[in-house]
Amino acid sequence: MVRLEPRRQHSQAMVYLSPVLAILMTLVVGGIIFAFMGKNPFDALYTFFILPISNSYGISELFVKATPLVIIAVGLAMGFRANVWNIGAEGQLTMGAIFGGGLALYFYDSESMFLLPGMLILGALGGAFWGAIPALLRTRFNANEILTSLMLTYVATLFLSFLVHGPWRNPEGFNFPESRPFPDAGLLPVIYDGTRVHLGTALAVFVVIAGWLLLSKSVIGFQLRVVGKAPQAARHVGFRQKRMVWFTLLLGGGLAGLAGLFEVAGPIGQLQPSISPGYGFTAIIVAFLGRLHPVGILFGGLIMALTYLGGELAQITLGLPNAVTGLFQGILLFFLLACDVLTKYRIRFGSTAAKGRTA
Amino acid sequence: MEWIVPFILTVITASTPLLLAASGELITEKAGVLNLGVEGMMLVGAIAGFAVTASSGSAILGIVAAVVAGVFMSLIFAFLTLTLMANQVATGLALTIFGVGFSALVGSGFVGFAIDPLPSLSIPGISAIPVIGPILFGQDFLVYLSISVVFGIGWFLTKSRAGLVLKAVGDSHSSAHAIGYSVIKIRYLATMFGGGMAGLAGAYLSLSYTPMWAENMTAGRGWIALALVVFATWRPGRLMAGAYMFGLISVMQLHAQGAGIHVPSQFMSMLPYLATVIVLVIISSDRAKIRLNAPACIGQAFRPAQ
Repeated sequence: MVRLEPRRQHSQAMVYLSPVLAILMTLVVGGIIFAFMGKNPFDALYTFFILPISNSYGISELFVKATPLVIIAVGLAMGFRANVWNIGAEGQLTMGAIFGGGLALYFYDSESMFLLPGMLILGALGGAFWGAIPALLRTRFNANEILTSLMLTYVATLFLSFLVHGPWRNPEGFNFPESRPFPDAGLLPVIYDGTRVHLGTALAVFVVIAGWLLLSKSVIGFQLRVVGKAPQAARHVGFRQKRMVWFTLLLGGGLAGLAGLFEVAGPIGQLQPSISPGYGFTAIIVAFLGRLHPVGILFGGLIMALTYLGGELAQITLGLPNAVTGLFQGILLFFLLACDVLTKYRIRFGSTAAKGRTA
Repeated sequence: MEWIVPFILTVITASTPLLLAASGELITEKAGVLNLGVEGMMLVGAIAGFAVTASSGSAILGIVAAVVAGVFMSLIFAFLTLTLMANQVATGLALTIFGVGFSALVGSGFVGFAIDPLPSLSIPGISAIPVIGPILFGQDFLVYLSISVVFGIGWFLTKSRAGLVLKAVGDSHSSAHAIGYSVIKIRYLATMFGGGMAGLAGAYLSLSYTPMWAENMTAGRGWIALALVVFATWRPGRLMAGAYMFGLISVMQLHAQGAGIHVPSQFMSMLPYLATVIVLVIISSDRAKIRLNAPACIGQAFRPAQ
């Protein structure tokens, strides 16, 4: 019989090892799934995970896809540490794109250098506003933020759909449900010629560093770490849970809004009914894969970005449905959660091991 | 007034999947387990039901497959959270992400397939009675099943011994364990019931509500079902009232256009989601009521002392 025996201390080695273990197990299961679908598992895994980054353009695309994931996940991780479960980042991303993008559409013939900074600020504010609603409902009315933040995602997506089908539709766009293209002054500059790597990617690195400093050096970062590890102790020393809820939801929402604006002012360049292939949800996995730590999230974001690229490539070259990406992401999170058991418990075989010790 | 019968019929069909999924989750939560993967389990149930029905031609086989698929999904959740003691919130999210991807992958081969919807009850003479006939005696059997399940779990939780044990496990797992009940086993069973009901709810969507498969066809209904359980303060009777209220709200958008109300369709589509938020706020703000009715150990891992 297999038993779990608690470790005296969390295993630091397993904290770093378990994501690696989870990725390896996902690859094995992925190979089996490909084999079931009648594909050569090695070819398929190669197409999925190696081929997309075998040339420099592929690597640049990896950074483009990782940008929103990393930015959003840094914000979400702060909340998850404090047991604030914001799962509505997709909606906050959409609201950021609407707020920031709205400015670009209002000044659609502007050449002002202030347009882009204004969009950035409005994008972050839009996301933070959408995050503030679950924060208010949780702190004032005790309503579960998991459900409210998710419901608001549907509302935000429908609102964007209304805008691009109605008042914000491009008058010269042959009735397609999309906005005018943003003016040049409202587009993020590409920072590496010949690629789509934009200013937002550089800012993502800045977000990681700022998040790291916040977590390791600031008072609120200290509180976040304590609340996560010892909620009762935190309550005893008087950390205010409400402040934590507000802080993490505003920060998470603001960063998601910024990421949304980066998408529409970067790779997309206008508002469309669909502006994200689920970055807000994938960022949840990125946060866990990165051990809820900004630096870990940087790596986690790159890995999850690879699943998007691999999924697109596998669709083109192997004819696999795009849904494989989501499947991989779900399986990875399962294994990650399962492997995390090893940080807290030792696996013991045989039921007699506990004899001679009293619990 | 000839619109009223079709209107009530669409309300019933829109409410049934919510009622099925929420009844299952109610039992799961009563045992102290919070499974946020309802949406994922529903989607996998929907595609399993549709795929098997479309391939075999038998709706009964399809429904069985949907229940089995839902139970299987819930077992993944149960193994991770109950055996390996993983975080329930994170695992539930993983279950939904997995379910969305898995159902879309399996379903990609079934887009555009057509099947016959589930047959409705037809009692010669009686089902033809105006108004009452089609509403009371003209539904498919899953509708009757969903209502029976509500009465069944109402009886189970208040009158049966097993129901009392289930509640004890949800309210104080250490006491239940001390008395000698197997907390983990009971939680496994309660989680599996929730999974089976979610699978059934998914099958209702893909076999009866809209007899077809579309990616993400649950459109948040699994999450609304979760909110319904809170709205019902974990009581089956209120669950039914809540499910039918949400059914009503979600079909209003279909009938608003016909009634000459010209609000952009996107705003009408927002209604169920906004209603969920509002309802959650109203119920949750009464903290005492929530504390009184919520299973005390909900979401907490249990590890029996050695």
